[in-house]
This record gives sequence, C-alpha cells and structure tokens, in this order.
Amino acid sequence: MTAPVETQKLARDWISRSNRVRLWEIALWVIAVAAIFLLPSKLLILTEITILAIFALSLDLILGYAGIVSLGHTAFFGLGAYAAGILARDYVSEPVTGLIFAGFISGLFGFATSFLVLRGSDLTRLMTTFGVAMLLAEVANQAAWLTGGADGLSGIMLTPILGLFEFDLFGRNGYVYALVVLAVLTFIARRLVHSPYGLSLKALKLNPRRSAMIGISATRRIVAIYTLSAVYAGMAGALLAQTTSFVSPDVLAFHRSAEVLLVLVIGGTGYLYGGVVGAIIFTLLRDWLSVVTPQYWMFWIGLILIALVLIGRERLTRWPALLNRKATTRAATQLAEEPR
Amino acid sequence: MISRRVFIAGTAATTALAAVPAMAADVLKVGLILPMTGPFASTGRQVEAGVRAYMALNGDTVAGKKIEIVLRDDAGTADQTRRLAQELIVNDGAKMLMGFGLTPLALAVAPVITQAKVPAIITSATTSSIVKQSPFYARTSMAGPQSAVPVATWAVKNGLKRVVTLVSDYGPGIDIEKGFTDQFKKDGGQIVEAVRVPLQNPDFAPFLQRVRDSKPDAIFVFVPSGVGSLFMKQFVDRGLAEAGIKLIATGDVTDDDLLNAIGDPALGVITGHFYSASHDSPENKAFVARVKKAANIRPNFMSVGGFDAMALAYAALKKTNGDTDGTKLIEAMKGQSWVSPRGPITIDAATRDIIQDIYIREVKKVDGELYNVEFATFPKIKDPNAQ
Repeated sequence: MTAPVETQKLARDWISRSNRVRLWEIALWVIAVAAIFLLPSKLLILTEITILAIFALSLDLILGYAGIVSLGHTAFFGLGAYAAGILARDYVSEPVTGLIFAGFISGLFGFATSFLVLRGSDLTRLMTTFGVAMLLAEVANQAAWLTGGADGLSGIMLTPILGLFEFDLFGRNGYVYALVVLAVLTFIARRLVHSPYGLSLKALKLNPRRSAMIGISATRRIVAIYTLSAVYAGMAGALLAQTTSFVSPDVLAFHRSAEVLLVLVIGGTGYLYGGVVGAIIFTLLRDWLSVVTPQYWMFWIGLILIALVLIGRERLTRWPALLNRKATTRAATQLAEEPR
Repeated sequence: MISRRVFIAGTAATTALAAVPAMAADVLKVGLILPMTGPFASTGRQVEAGVRAYMALNGDTVAGKKIEIVLRDDAGTADQTRRLAQELIVNDGAKMLMGFGLTPLALAVAPVITQAKVPAIITSATTSSIVKQSPFYARTSMAGPQSAVPVATWAVKNGLKRVVTLVSDYGPGIDIEKGFTDQFKKDGGQIVEAVRVPLQNPDFAPFLQRVRDSKPDAIFVFVPSGVGSLFMKQFVDRGLAEAGIKLIATGDVTDDDLLNAIGDPALGVITGHFYSASHDSPENKAFVARVKKAANIRPNFMSVGGFDAMALAYAALKKTNGDTDGTKLIEAMKGQSWVSPRGPITIDAATRDIIQDIYIREVKKVDGELYNVEFATFPKIKDPNAQ
C-alpha cells in the first residue's frame, strides 16, 4: 500500500503535468496577435470569431466539464448584450465597466437559474434551458421602453476603452479588446479546470452516482460552474454589443444557442480550445460560402456539417483524449508500477 | 471540391483579367446587403431583382462611373449586417450602401455610415425613426404608417364608421395602428376594438371570433406580407365576409408576390399602398416586364424599393458629376424627384425620407390573375409620424 503522502504527490504531479502550457497553445495565441498586423482587412471577422469563441468557451465549461447540455445558452449572451447596451446608452459609456457589469448581471441570472438544471436528465435540461431563453426573448420584445423591442437597442455611444483606445472603423481596437478578454477568460478557465475542483466536475460528468459515493457533492459544484459560465456568456454578449454599438433582438434567438452548440461540436468539447477552433472553422466557412453563393450557402454549410459529424463522430470526446493521451498513459503506468 | 487556395488563385486571376477594361471606366462599388436566406429571403430576392432591373434598363455606367453591385447576405441578423457594411466600406471600398430588410438591420449600420460618411439607401425597412439615426440615410421604401392614413380617410368617406383594428405586435405594427387610429378618429370614425396579435406563430381564429361578435362595419389589418395569406384564409373560414364585415388593409396583406397564392378569397379586399404591379404607366410596364423576364417573379413593393434606390443613386451621381464623396452624394439625393414605376416620388430635402402617392386598390381578376387594381389616389403623402 502506497503511503498517502506519495499518492498525493503523484496526483499533484499529474495535475501540474496536465496543466502545462502546450506548444500549439502558444502558437495559437501568437497567430492571434500576429493577425493584428498581418490581416488588417480581416479584423472585423476576427472580432466576430473571438466573440463566438468566448461564447463557446462558456458553453464548454458546462458541457465539456460538467456535462450539462443547454439549448438556451444564448439567454446569458443576450442578457449580457442588453445589460452592456443599456448601461452604455443611459449611464456609463466606458466599455470595460460595461463588460464587468454585463458579466455580473448574467452571472446573477445564471446563479438564479442554475437551480433549474440541478435536477433531471439531459432532456429535462434541454427543455428548461430552452424555456428560459424563450422567456427572456419575449421579455426583451415586450419591454420596448427599455430594450427597444423588435427594433433593437440603438443609440449606444461608447467612449474609448479605458479612456484611451477608441473603436475605429477598421475594427482594430475592437479586435484587440476582444482578444484580451478572450485571453484573460481562457487563462482563468484553464486554472480552474486543472484544479481539483475541475477534476471533481469531470468526475461528476462521468458518473454522478459514483462521485456522490466518494463524497463529491453535485449541487454546489454545478451551481458554481453554471454561474461562471453565465458570466462568460454575458461578457461575450457585452463584447458584441460594444463592438457593434447595437443590440438586435436576435441575440436571444434560438439560432444562436444552436450555433454555439454547433461550434463546440465542430471544435470538440472538454479541452477549452474547442470553442476557439470551432469558431474559426465555422465562421470562416460561413463567410466564404456566403460570399461565393449568397443564396445557397446554407445548403453547403449543412452538407459540410453532416459530413463532419458522420466522419468525426467521436470528435466530441476524442479530441481532448488524443491530446492528453500521452500524459494520461504516463500517469497510469506510473500508478500501476507502484508496488502495492 | 475546390480548395480555398485554388479558389483564391482563380478569383485573383479572374479579377485581374476583368480589371483591365473595368479600370478604364472607373468602377464604383455599391454594397447591397439583404437577407437572401432565412425567413426574410423573399425580401432579399425581390429587392435584388429591382436593383438589377434598373441597371438592365438604364445601363451600368453613370457620370463616367461603371457601377458594380456587391451583394452580401446578412440572413436577417443585425450584427452580420453591421459587419458586412463595415467590411464593404473598409475592404471593398464601397461608396454607397443599399438594402436592409428589417428595421433592426437598418438601425445596426447607423453608427458605421455616420463614422465613414457613406450614404445608405433603405430599400425595405419602414419604421419612422430610422432616417433620424444618421444624416447619411435616405429611404425609397415607405415612411412609417404612410400607407395606413389614407385608408382611414377613405373608409370614413365610404361609410365605414365602426372599425376594429388588428395589427402584428411589433414596431411597424404599432406605428401603423397609431397612424390609422389617429386619422380615423379625426375624420369622425369610431374604433370598436384594437387587437394586437403576436408576431411569431400567429393564430387569428380567437381574435377573429371576437371581431365577429362586436359586429363592426370593417376590420383594418396590418400583418407582415408573408403572414397575409394565413390571415386571409382564416378570415374566410370564420365567415366574416358573409357577416357583412369588410376587410380593409395596408398593401402588405395583399402582397403582389403572394396574391395569386392566396387566391380567390382575396377578391374584393380594399387596401392602401404605394405600389401595385398593375399600376398603369409606361415606366411600370417596362419594370414589370424586365423583372418577370430576368427573375421570373412578379415584382412587389420591395422590388420597386430596390429599383428606386438605384434610380436615386444614379441621380445623385449625375448631380455630383461622378464625385463619390459621401457628404456630397447625400446632399445630391435631397430633394430629388422622379417618376418611378409606382408613380411620382420625391426624396424630402428636410428628412431624406420618401414622399409618395398612396393608392386605394381593390383585388380583382385581370387576365386570369389577381391584381391590386388602383381606383383612388392620395397624392404626396409624407410620413405622418414626422409631422
């Protein structure tokens, strides 16, 4: 029998190993930064990709790590967009304040609704999340005095970011702003999922009953991650509202929830970068196809998605496994080799 | 499948080849942003057909500039509209923008065009407030409840004194309800009941039953054009026509694009609108023939909005003598007046909004097809909300 101290050391080593920064991660960030200088004419679409990536990252936190399937994740995205938009229109027009405010409001709503996803199976969760998003969409549509109703929220005038960087027509500062937010949020998420807390979430996802038996309580963990995920989504929504200085009622529409789920399916869940990869592929594909064939691009994108899912069905789970296989195998061998 | 690289290389080569003659004529790009997919795709198809019809009838060169249309699909999503507008201006060097199928889509580009000083001509969205949001907007579709107000005047004159209004519950619907009600009361009519139905998945049956029970002289209706056929069907099913209740509406309900699909139940419906495909003028005959030939559809009011947007762009370019400065172009658009397929129209010099005749029409069968046949004209109607 191994002494508890040694097992603890092994576990710690394993955690820090899986937490190590990988080469492809660094490459991804270098490319993202280099794009500012190399692709000055593509900054707007890059901003869109970045925002979608943050949104997908937020869904990955609950889908990839806690196993909560959501069909209404855009509720938080839209709430954040409206919160940032209304704050900028009526009170404070500084973007970073708006970003934090939107995250706070969405987080509050996420906390309140997290109790709805505690119970029930996947199907129940699909329905409750979907329902919550529908409710919010109708509220936004009816409360025209606050949200502009079906016409959308216009008249948002933003002052420069932190009083220094103005949103320019080329979208350069908008992109840098969104990229910094993505970097910070990814870093926080990274620390979180590689912590013991993140591991306990994974245990919950894999087998809730068994993890309950070894003393992992589901309630508080799910409430916490759901709230955090709502904060992230709210910030993504705020970024959209700020970079476009407009909030359209479709931020709460069903197609956004579906889209972000699609992005995650393309990119893979459970390794944090699935959202980024998926957002890049999805947005570029859509943009390219809709320029080539403005009327029939949806047909092609549908076809490609079917092909993708049929060929890469295991993507959802295999991506992270492939990346982590080496580390996992090593740890497992080590554990197995220990004399008992 | 063509790889991206091959595609780019191919495109680059084609552009290089095409650029040789084009350079000589000095190309001017006009960005056309429309919903070409999604629930509002028919708007996009109609407007595009209108734009292309104008260019086919009037040539693609004006004041020494060769006009090139760059069509982009925003699928009816506002942030896409905004990004496409920004990209068209910054990357493609578009000097004018056009299109915008719905009010939020038009509102989303307001900050961009103001910052970039690029004029944008609205071909479809109708909410009153849009043109005030940027000094670079001009409009060739319709201004707010323009089409509803004359219907109110006509109804009172023709003995329809007690009316129920039924509108879709969203911005334009409420605009139109207010425009109609104000005028109707001023002329001495009485609104028996004002009904608002949800925009999504409307079921009119319970509302129509209520209307029937309150026994008005007529029911005034505004619903977005696609929903019109559903409404007509339920109107007939509920037997409101037999109960002696007349149907009066804005032209959206008897959209030219859908009228034949609605079929005979639409016969006799009285509507007010700015355009009918059966408008009797040489300009309209040429326009309808061209659209039918090129796009194989009957043009509706969206299409004529696109046609006149091009007409306005051409007129402005002629006036500036080919100068593409945005501020000069929008100045040149102010006060322009011409005879459109819909009849005489003017771009109000003060508001950049459209002033046009509104026609009262009745649905009749002409040569086996249903048309909105015009029988009365209310000339030079301005946006009732702007006064």
